[in-house]
Amino acid sequence: MKGPETITSERETGNYHTSRPTSRVARSYQKIEDSFPPVVGTKTRGHSPQNAPGVMISAEPRHAMAEPEEGDTSAQPNDHGELKRLCPQIAEDRDPSVITRIGTCTTEIIKMDSEGMAPRMETEVGIPIVVARANGPDHASTQGEDTAPAATAHRCAEHLSVDERDQWPARRPTRPLKPVAALEETNPPLVLSGSLPAMVASQPSSELKRQSVRAAGWLPARRYTDLPSLGAGVYVCGANPFLSRTATTLMRRRKCRLIGAPLPIGPDGTRARTEKICPVFGIQPRGLREREDAMREGSKDYPGLVRGKSVFSMGDNPLEVSPARPPIRCGTIVHEVGIPYMDKQYQAAESAPSRETSRDMCIPMPRVVEKPDNYDQIQRMRESQPDLAITGTANANPPEARGIDTKWSVESTFAPIHGFANARDIPQLVTRSLRRSNVGDPGLYGQSEQ
Amino acid sequence: TKLAHRMHAGPAHVGTLRVASYSKNVHATMHAPLGDDYFNVMRPMPERDRDFTPVTASIVDRHVLARGSQDKVVENTTRKGKEERPDPTVPTPTCTPSTLQEDPQNFACRASVTSDSDVTLADVNHNRVDELQAADRTLEQIVRYYMNKAHGQGTLGRPLTSVPTANIIGIPTLGPHNQHDCRELKRLLRDIGTGVNQIIPERGLVGNPQNLPRARSNPVPHREIGLVAAVYSDEESGTPYISTTPMGILDTANCIRQMQERVGKWAPVPLNLSVNYEPYIDQQTRFVSQAAWSSRSIDCQNLTGKRAVILGYATHAAAMTKTLAREMGIRICRAGTYCKHDAGRSNERVQGFRDEITVTDDHNEAGDMIARAEPSAISGTQTERHVGKRLDIPRGVISSPVHIQNFPPGYRPYLGYEGTNQIADPVYNSSTPGTEDHLLDLPGGHDTEAVTKLPHAPTEKDLIRNPESQSESSKIPKFVRGKIKGKTEKFARRNGITNITVGVMHAARDSPSA
Repeated sequence: MKGPETITSERETGNYHTSRPTSRVARSYQKIEDSFPPVVGTKTRGHSPQNAPGVMISAEPRHAMAEPEEGDTSAQPNDHGELKRLCPQIAEDRDPSVITRIGTCTTEIIKMDSEGMAPRMETEVGIPIVVARANGPDHASTQGEDTAPAATAHRCAEHLSVDERDQWPARRPTRPLKPVAALEETNPPLVLSGSLPAMVASQPSSELKRQSVRAAGWLPARRYTDLPSLGAGVYVCGANPFLSRTATTLMRRRKCRLIGAPLPIGPDGTRARTEKICPVFGIQPRGLREREDAMREGSKDYPGLVRGKSVFSMGDNPLEVSPARPPIRCGTIVHEVGIPYMDKQYQAAESAPSRETSRDMCIPMPRVVEKPDNYDQIQRMRESQPDLAITGTANANPPEARGIDTKWSVESTFAPIHGFANARDIPQLVTRSLRRSNVGDPGLYGQSEQ
Repeated sequence: TKLAHRMHAGPAHVGTLRVASYSKNVHATMHAPLGDDYFNVMRPMPERDRDFTPVTASIVDRHVLARGSQDKVVENTTRKGKEERPDPTVPTPTCTPSTLQEDPQNFACRASVTSDSDVTLADVNHNRVDELQAADRTLEQIVRYYMNKAHGQGTLGRPLTSVPTANIIGIPTLGPHNQHDCRELKRLLRDIGTGVNQIIPERGLVGNPQNLPRARSNPVPHREIGLVAAVYSDEESGTPYISTTPMGILDTANCIRQMQERVGKWAPVPLNLSVNYEPYIDQQTRFVSQAAWSSRSIDCQNLTGKRAVILGYATHAAAMTKTLAREMGIRICRAGTYCKHDAGRSNERVQGFRDEITVTDDHNEAGDMIARAEPSAISGTQTERHVGKRLDIPRGVISSPVHIQNFPPGYRPYLGYEGTNQIADPVYNSSTPGTEDHLLDLPGGHDTEAVTKLPHAPTEKDLIRNPESQSESSKIPKFVRGKIKGKTEKFARRNGITNITVGVMHAARDSPSA
């Protein structure tokens, strides 16, 4: 037998459409209720989150643009002075527990020393300042959601075992966060990462609780002051495919132990994940297969709709490989899965359930294209004429007008798709436009029905 | 550096793309980092376009930062020339290349050598102009390019068309109701016996800007986009432009009279054209537009002296101010624009029709101004709509920035005679419900809390929710909370559970049948 098989991928030119990482960071900080991220960048940077979250911007968003003017790019005014002028303004208006400076390509090009300025500003303003880079040249879409927890991870308190707590103030002189009390549960602390909405976040936690594994906290937490403590002896596990930098930071800098588990997406993913986590704590998972089967039973009305249909996923965020599994389970043929980037090491665990699914359904693994070229993809799509195209919002209406049903890929990043409880939501999401097509095309009503 | 949450006008390249994307045979290649092609979302989503947006990004990545992007831009521009066969390819720099201090002019020169199609650079400075100004300039640059080219080839259209014709200049994409406005203008021109020589940018092909001189006049419906091109055409070939926006009854008549003057002056004697549009104006005002009669009708009397605030881009804000003040008797306590660059002219045009002026591009300042003015209605952008929502003041959207609901599938022009009807409608609609609220609140309302807070079904009382499950349900977004609550209760009742815990909630979610 060969060694562990990873998902193989091809690579194209990287001329594809995706959202800006900046808007993702802004979204991820929306999760931390007492944070306020100023995005340092030009009008372009401000205009895109304004249009991307669309209506969200009108509801007093918790982010703002610190917009450099022409003089700033020529380094005439001093960056530190300028930001020093703005930060108290934010502190006064919003009273946040943390200010997160989000760097963009502008700050990257003019080589603004954000990381160097932050500690100085922090002492001057009296509010913690976290720096997260989310510039277009280096990051793609959801990678922005990765830099945020990665930057925040440095601010989590040091995890202390019970006997160490006496020397606690000496160990961590900077801003003390809540020390974690001794755990009642038997398992060592487990921190889950990924900025899921509160309702979705409770799913993976409760799934583990069912197996009597307690999750000590989330990174990021709902409030900055509630961040979990980290350190040697803390186990961490990511809930999204794009958290590789966070995972690296947690392992290398905070000495946490990473559990490389599949993502809790789809009933098979959730089952495989729980099966992977429980043994780490010496627990034998119970009743997982039954739950998976029950979930599959619950969504058995979907396969009929999609069996034999074909799907083409253009890819604008890495959250495309795992959600492709449930449709494959339902008998769908997936032509291609495009993704912006793939961390093979971080996503290694993902290949097992994907392979298993393909094997069970007796179809080859879908072709995975990294850094796709949208123009070439459209040509391939034209050739293969899929029943459903999963695309970014930019390329959705045109295929629809050419008779290909379309689903927005971005929905998978904010729709609840994690855990058993949301197992039904993925096929529901994927099949929505197919179901709409079953209703009929109003454009054809004029013709006689045969 | 300044702190901003929301901006009224976008960055320069968006303006360029709005002009380029209106034509089917123009392709823009942006020179931008990954994700900056969000224009590709802005365009097909609100306008529900059936075609792929003709905009491609030449991605600025880490390698480009290190060694410059000339080869990549030239390559991509050439590649698009081959793949899409556009007439012109428009290399569009964003703020990144201007921060990188690259030389787009040079890239455009090199690309024009290797590319099969024409290359017209969008030469706009990101730090100095905004979306509207950039759109204005790009349009002029395309017109200039093709007129120069035609001049060089000796194909520049010189003889005037035999029947009077006009060019409609400046209908870009993503303008609210622009497509309807264009149709209404074409109808208006046809009605007065004037042909349409050229519409730029046109929805179909880029057209033949070298034919522009054949028309007798260039109506520019929106001052912000098109004026520079029209002025250039005037200087080059002497085609006069008309910059009166035909919005509202009086200004539409005004605009038509100006066309009459142009046609009259230029009408060649042999045609023996009688150009008297007065009967047309009279007939349209009395029978097609209902706005004149509506404002006479007794219902509109209640509008007299009501106070309104108007904000938007210069053209629509000024035209709306004049229409509401002159034609409906509404008192405009504040009229303003966020087009700082055109504020002087805009203020001049609304002189005498408003109490005070506001010129700002800061939405907080505009919001505070509205709160202080306490008007009974707001006409503005989507931003002002939200201010109105917060302050509970009736509001209507007349100007960009706009959302998808401002691209209605139904026919809703702002301009021309049908436009007067379409403007009158929301004015009445936003004011009548306002009065309705007032009339309801005054006698105490009929839906008082005592009525609305009655328990819907007495059976709910047998279910107990423990605090933990209550906090869990507070995590559920409001818009689905009711549905999930109902599902949980149904599940609980069916299984004979009286105490709803978090476990029960999860079980209810997991249960496929409920």
